[in-house]
Amino acid sequence: MQNKVKLEQLNVHFGATHAVKDVSMDFFENSVTAIIGPSGCGKSTVLRAINRMHDLVPSARVTGRILLDDKDIYDKVADPVSIRRRVGMVFQKPNPFPAMSIYDNVIAGYKLNGRVNRSEADEVVESSLKRVALWDEVKDRLKGNSMELSGGQQQRLCIARTIAVKPEVILMDEPASALDPISTLKIEELIEELKEKYTIIIVTHNMQQAARVSDHTAFFYLGELVEAGETRKIFTTPDKKQTEDYITGRFG
Amino acid sequence: MKSVILRKGANMAMTGLMLAAALAVLVPLVLIFVHIIKMGLSSISLDFFTQIPKPTGETGGGMANGMAGSAVMIALASIIGLPIGIFGAIYLSEYGGSRISTVIRFAADVLAGIPSIITGMVAYTLLVVPMKGFSALAGAVALAMIMIPIILRTTEEQLKMVPGSLREASLALGVPLWRTSLKVTLRSAMTGVMTGVLLAIARVAGETAPLLFTALGNQFWSSKLTAPMAAMPLQIFNFAISPYEDWHRLAWAGALVLVTIMFALSLSARYFGRSRQKN
Amino acid sequence: MSQAAITSRWKIKTGLNGDFIFKGITVLFAFSILVILFLMIYEMVEQSLPSMAKSGWRFITDQNWDAVQEEFGALPYIYGSVVSSILALALATPLSVGSAIFITEIAPKRLGAVMASLVELLAAIPSVIYGLWGVLVMAPWLQSTVQPFLIDHFGFLPFFQGAPYGVSMLAAIFILMIMVVPIITSISREVLLAVPRSQKEAAIALGATRWEMIRMAVLPYGRSGILGAVILGMGRAIGETMAVTMVIGNTPQISLSLLSPAYTMPSVIANEFAEATSKIHSSALMEIGLILLVVTLIINAMARLLIWSVTRRQSGGGR
Repeated sequence: MQNKVKLEQLNVHFGATHAVKDVSMDFFENSVTAIIGPSGCGKSTVLRAINRMHDLVPSARVTGRILLDDKDIYDKVADPVSIRRRVGMVFQKPNPFPAMSIYDNVIAGYKLNGRVNRSEADEVVESSLKRVALWDEVKDRLKGNSMELSGGQQQRLCIARTIAVKPEVILMDEPASALDPISTLKIEELIEELKEKYTIIIVTHNMQQAARVSDHTAFFYLGELVEAGETRKIFTTPDKKQTEDYITGRFG
Repeated sequence: MKSVILRKGANMAMTGLMLAAALAVLVPLVLIFVHIIKMGLSSISLDFFTQIPKPTGETGGGMANGMAGSAVMIALASIIGLPIGIFGAIYLSEYGGSRISTVIRFAADVLAGIPSIITGMVAYTLLVVPMKGFSALAGAVALAMIMIPIILRTTEEQLKMVPGSLREASLALGVPLWRTSLKVTLRSAMTGVMTGVLLAIARVAGETAPLLFTALGNQFWSSKLTAPMAAMPLQIFNFAISPYEDWHRLAWAGALVLVTIMFALSLSARYFGRSRQKN
Repeated sequence: MSQAAITSRWKIKTGLNGDFIFKGITVLFAFSILVILFLMIYEMVEQSLPSMAKSGWRFITDQNWDAVQEEFGALPYIYGSVVSSILALALATPLSVGSAIFITEIAPKRLGAVMASLVELLAAIPSVIYGLWGVLVMAPWLQSTVQPFLIDHFGFLPFFQGAPYGVSMLAAIFILMIMVVPIITSISREVLLAVPRSQKEAAIALGATRWEMIRMAVLPYGRSGILGAVILGMGRAIGETMAVTMVIGNTPQISLSLLSPAYTMPSVIANEFAEATSKIHSSALMEIGLILLVVTLIINAMARLLIWSVTRRQSGGGR
């Protein structure tokens, strides 16, 4: 399997706090990798490092290397704006732009590359919404307010907005934790479909979800990577005692 | 397709424009301060604090009567405005049913937005006309009308921040509600309330328009509340628009003193605000 | 339960119901605010009636203001107020919004905090001091440099014709701009600070540059709040008295040229009200005050509603 993203000795500090310690691991193309661990273990911090979201936090310091197709995204000449267009992100709480219509939300990121003609935009909106299985639900009210959608629909809208930019990697930060069970199921099915085209990295605190959707799983504890491997192996015969304790619910 | 370079160029250009806007906003501030300090310091002397204005043609003189007059009228305005503002706020936070509180709050906001010159006109019709003459009292009432909404809203904000558990603890000890409101709720919000009061005083200390046809101003000493009284902002106004160099100097000196007092007030207001946050 | 017990015990001890009296006092004071507001509006209307009866609609359409002949046409004052405030706002808005964005989104945290408190400081300066600086420093500077420049280079435009007076509509516009900028900036800053982090992250994660993030996530979210700030600035500008009176030249005329002196509604009240001897003259000034009052009431209500709608959305959660 082709590796797409590679972490080498990744460290993240926030001021005096050492949030992620010496993490090295691989994420594979066209597969879903789940990052699990108790809250505060640094899993979201790792995820956000992969599209340089920590650039926004003045106190954050990232060292080590993150290779995207063998190129370091923290290299001096690397451009965070271009990187983020290749590495999209879906957040914990759905965050559509409230002042924009459903249509405008989907096209918002795509449009940044310059003026888009009408038919091209229509095409991108339709294909993105179809891909997240939202098209049939909203095709009659594309100009409607995005805030009138349900939470689950909003989250799928945010995923559509992300894939409209045509990224290669999609980061998901507990994308279903704010949703009801039925919406969660829809998101999980969607992840399954999306991996045909994208490399997906998902942070979740829900172990059943990790087991259901992922091909690979990495377990983090206190900022360190404890164990990473194929999901089936991690959930059945983990190498480390800590992993087993966490999987079986004996701590955390 | 727009290239990344082009987009970054737009980003840099807009960043530069916004920096320029921020600088443009600060330029007049710097200029005004430089002039007030330069002109004020070169014009101020001990006489400024002890003398009353000299008639035109004579050099020297001060604004002693204006400072005293402002102090008297602000004190009187506080005596009128503080109880209304503070007790009104207690009503809003402790008793007010939601609809009537909303109406009173809205009225206070409306009152705060009314141009101060109109406050002066109303004080004129309510006090100057019946009393058949301009008076310090009318000036103080006009200032009080400006203070009340400011004190009311800030005090209410502060009272709302007092945790309900404190109130309940006091009530559970058998302390009646009114004593709880005064001794527990108001007292624990006291520093915040002081902040609001100081800000209100700082605001009216510089008010000129409402005094134009109430206190009117006075070239001489006057301690009668029913007679026209001098006020520093009025003197600054009259001297600034006069054609005499000497009076301009007095106006600058007055501006320096007024600005110093106001900043002292708002700094202490900020100090009170901060010490409350620490607790 | 305990509440009733407490009050009744107090009653027995003193023979008086302390809570009842206390509540009465607070009610009295709270309602006095309504009384004050009502009195203000009532007095302004009442005092304006003689002028309304005499002049009718001509009051706002006539240009002739002559206290001796008892002819009162307030159009030059209305014109002066409208033009000076609108042009001041047109200059102040981009500056204020730009610097609010700079303070919240671009400047390092500490620099932003320093600038924000400087802006607050600017907002606290009394208007008579702006006027002092305006009439003694700014107006002479306008007269010696800016106005001759405008006449030489743009004199073909009707807006920049005539002699350089210094005190003028232009001076009023500038001083008003300087005075409303801090107000709009500080409210816009609060509005921008209320934009949720998740909105900005959404834009950044789509690969937006900082300016694109501001345009995509920050400005649309804060749009109505910023509009509210601008309208509030408008209310302040139109009611501003002292500084404008000191620099505008106080001449009741309608001239396209920004270089000529003009007059505003608050200024004519400030200058004439204390000396208005005839009943009808003071009533006419009262009517100008009433117009001013109505306009500011409408403006402030609009602004409050807009700002309120934004802060309410924010407290309603991140979604």
